[in-house]
Amino acid sequence: MKKRVVSILLTAAMAAGCLAGCGGSRGSGGNGGEGKVINIYCWNNEFKERVEAVYPEVAETSKDGTITKLKDGTEIHWIVNPNQDGVYQQKLDEALLNQADVSADGKVDIFLSETDYVNKYTDIDANVAMPLTDLGIDPATDLADQYEFTKVTASDVNGVQRGSTWQCCPGLLVYRRDIARDVFGTDDPQAVGEKVKDWETMEATARELAAKGYYTFASYADTFRLYGNSITEPWVKQGDIVVRVDQKIMDWVNDSKEWLDAGYLDKTVKGQWNADWNQAMGSSSKVFAFLFPAWGIDFTLKPNWDGENGAWAVTNPPQEYNWGGSYIHACTGTDNPEHVKDIILALTANKENLLKISSDFSDFTNTQSSMRQAAEDDANFASEFLGGQNAFAYFSPVAENIVMAPLSAYDQGCVELIQNSFSDYLQGQVDYDRAKSNFETAIMERYPEIKQVQWPD
Amino acid sequence: MNAKRKKIDYSKWGYIFILPFFLSFFIFSFIPMIDTVRYSFFEYYRSGLKEIGPNFVGMANYVKLLKSDMIKYGVNTLILWVIGFIPQIVIALMLAEWFVDARLKIHGTQFFKVVIYLPNLIMASAFAMLFFTMFSTNGPINAILMSLGWTKEPIDFLGSVWGTRSLVGFMNFLMWFGNTTIMLMAAIMGISPDIFEASELDGCNSFQRFFSITLPLIRPILAYTLITSVIGGLQMFDVPQILTNAQGTPNRTSMTLIMFLNSHLKSKNYGMAGALSVYLFIVSGILCFFVYRMTNNQDLDGSKAAAKKAKKEKRG
Amino acid sequence: MKSKGPNVFRSVFAHVTLIILSFMCLFFFYILFVNASRSHADLQKGFSALPGAFLWKNLSNVANDGSFPMFRGILNSLIVSGSSAAICTYFSALTAYGLYAYNFKLKKVAFTFIMAILVMPTQVTAMGFLRLITNMGMYDSLLPLIIPSIASPSVFYFMYSYLESSLPMSLVEAARIDGSGEFRTFNSIILPITKPAIAVQAIFTFVGSWNNYFVPALVIQSKTRMTVPILIATLRGADYMNFDMGKIYTMILVAIVPIILVYLLLSKYIIAGVTLGGVKE
Repeated sequence: MKKRVVSILLTAAMAAGCLAGCGGSRGSGGNGGEGKVINIYCWNNEFKERVEAVYPEVAETSKDGTITKLKDGTEIHWIVNPNQDGVYQQKLDEALLNQADVSADGKVDIFLSETDYVNKYTDIDANVAMPLTDLGIDPATDLADQYEFTKVTASDVNGVQRGSTWQCCPGLLVYRRDIARDVFGTDDPQAVGEKVKDWETMEATARELAAKGYYTFASYADTFRLYGNSITEPWVKQGDIVVRVDQKIMDWVNDSKEWLDAGYLDKTVKGQWNADWNQAMGSSSKVFAFLFPAWGIDFTLKPNWDGENGAWAVTNPPQEYNWGGSYIHACTGTDNPEHVKDIILALTANKENLLKISSDFSDFTNTQSSMRQAAEDDANFASEFLGGQNAFAYFSPVAENIVMAPLSAYDQGCVELIQNSFSDYLQGQVDYDRAKSNFETAIMERYPEIKQVQWPD
Repeated sequence: MNAKRKKIDYSKWGYIFILPFFLSFFIFSFIPMIDTVRYSFFEYYRSGLKEIGPNFVGMANYVKLLKSDMIKYGVNTLILWVIGFIPQIVIALMLAEWFVDARLKIHGTQFFKVVIYLPNLIMASAFAMLFFTMFSTNGPINAILMSLGWTKEPIDFLGSVWGTRSLVGFMNFLMWFGNTTIMLMAAIMGISPDIFEASELDGCNSFQRFFSITLPLIRPILAYTLITSVIGGLQMFDVPQILTNAQGTPNRTSMTLIMFLNSHLKSKNYGMAGALSVYLFIVSGILCFFVYRMTNNQDLDGSKAAAKKAKKEKRG
Repeated sequence: MKSKGPNVFRSVFAHVTLIILSFMCLFFFYILFVNASRSHADLQKGFSALPGAFLWKNLSNVANDGSFPMFRGILNSLIVSGSSAAICTYFSALTAYGLYAYNFKLKKVAFTFIMAILVMPTQVTAMGFLRLITNMGMYDSLLPLIIPSIASPSVFYFMYSYLESSLPMSLVEAARIDGSGEFRTFNSIILPITKPAIAVQAIFTFVGSWNNYFVPALVIQSKTRMTVPILIATLRGADYMNFDMGKIYTMILVAIVPIILVYLLLSKYIIAGVTLGGVKE
């Protein structure tokens, strides 16, 4: 009798314990009891604007833009740090290292990464980006419509996908119609496309432009992506301590030098993202074209253009390339896994949402079927800025032909520093060998574990 | 009563009063310094999200630094400092002499003093940022020069070695010449008017008077200005950092020692940053020795006496 | 008597030089103002010597941009600079008085020591400092920007010289006879006497702290705690989303206006203060 009482008590206690336990786990993981704050680390307002536009749970955003309230009362806190100079990653790394020690509402829930450094965060050992399957997302079915190369980019060495993106960034050539008319006698995108279809034709065209006093591109940095995208080996192999500079990169240096000396590029524009470069997109500039993916046209070219709509048009680039792409990662340790899953699915897998992003922001989005649809649909996807041209008709074929260059965790530093070091060379400040050794110094300063730089023969 | 008071020992109050200073110094400067020195003997940095080390490597960091471009950055720092300091001291001497010379009848002295001191108040970072946009190739300065017809092609200030260095020097000059002027003015005012009167009777012209009387008499303050400026120069960071976007462009010719230190701090390379700090500490130690010598030599007492006199007169 | 000729010539030369120098000092502020009053599109078209009509629009853009909380930054800067100025001058005066008015064994050693650390660059200990405050849990807070200013050798030296020249020991003795405690003597007699020196050093410390970039850049992490110089520096590395140059100029303007106002109000004291400093050396 006594024994039975004890065992009943025990069972009851266990049941109670289980209840308490289950209740507890629901408190931190279930739908109703998730954390009250979703912290999102990103480097500009791009992601925020898209969430506001298509995530159905959004109620309102505070006036200063730092907090977005969801309908269930959860707040999204936007932690924005600039990408340049690695500031964003430093701040993010600091937060990730403290992830275990901070309170639930202080934890990073979602962070974004760019193609240039996505590898650092999807790293299997670092384990800071959760595998999508752990969230309950099955890439094979839920993300089946995404462009394959974006899925590969966001996967670790074992092919486990640890991030997902709403955008895919095939690049085009955007040119000034008035200059095209002046030099070629036509501004028709098909005809101009013929004039820039490959590098050889492009050079002849550049000569034509220069003869009339126009620059083909603003800066040598503008063409970098096209070369950088076609490297055959990663900058740094997994676990290696040697930076391998690809022949394609050196081709960029040599070609840029030639173009600069021939006057095809504007000597006064030194690199990108500076006041001079911005000004080259203004109406008083003599620059014929820029190489931009969809976001570049929307965010960079459009605000810098001070003339009428319809002055610019897009056509095929001399070589297919991809520039950028923001990946959404669920951060290990998040206290809002359900919300995070919901956001990732709403923003990267929902065809309707992505079509809306495409029509609202002119983004080239990451569902193949809808992009093919957009390419046909001139009525809805004609761009006002491009004077009614449907850019998707040009983006779509580029996207399908993109071959992703092999990535490494060091890409951003390498890309940034090689451009900086050879800027001096291209401007005639230093000779070739000096630029090389400056790159070596800078890269080893940035990444102390790098011990050697290997140049192509 | 008197005798009794003298017996009270107040010395403990001396210790109590200086305690906060030394406590604060010990915690916020001394401990960090020891820490810095300790890590200078280790390989210790962050790679991506992983921490490497600390592994003891002895003097390896020091040797590596000596082999790096550290000396070059030291020379850069020196050059940048000289470009700013020479015009600064020359102009300041000239202005100070003018301000105290009643015969020149300078109008609006107060206005000029206020204005020339103004740039000293502006944070170097904002100032550098402003210069960066103004001197960019297609920026306002080039627009002005071109519309005046002084130059046909825009001048690439920040693209050339001496353009960038001159800009840094010019900014340092603008920020500090007002301050130096006012300091030197005080020193000149401290010189006894009798000496000037005597010199006038002897038929000295103003150049002679300046070079053979004023200059030697204010030498201690000149030396002090030099030393404080050298120390400021050693710490030069904000202006070139922001003007060249932390790159010390072109060809790292405007990279200063502290910028170099900062780039190691940024890549979380504690070992190398520590070793570099120790080198910097040694250099500032040598400079400190000079300061110590100057604050203890006789010349300075002479100037102090003169300065006190000046103050009395100002009050009187 | 001497001829007037050379003096007239020198006077004209002096005036011209002064006007040129003043022009250089003021020119940059003027350009800043002009650019801050123009829109991005206007600025794209090139330089103008006359201000535009966009100042208010730019100002409201700055005020409403959450990713660059400029007004929050000004508040933080005010807190840091104000507190630093207060504790720095108080404790420096206290230390100076301690070393000046009392005789004790380590007096000379302590004085020499402070003079020796006068020239030590902050940056040298920056790395250890960062680790220390991280361990103390003060990373990303304003405290490490304020508390260390208790130990400011240069302010101490200034105070010490001032006491030397203006505080007769008899005054202290008299206070003791009246039965005043040592701390009370310091707070109610010594502090008022050193007021001019404190005022001057308070202003210098304030300005120095307001403009400090290196330490805050290491210590501060979150947007809401950033001080003005870090915000300005972040602007320099702005992303392609923040291409509005009009806004950038306006932010710089907003950042320096408070300090200019303080200066213009107090310029008399500041200039007198530099002189005071000059006298001491």
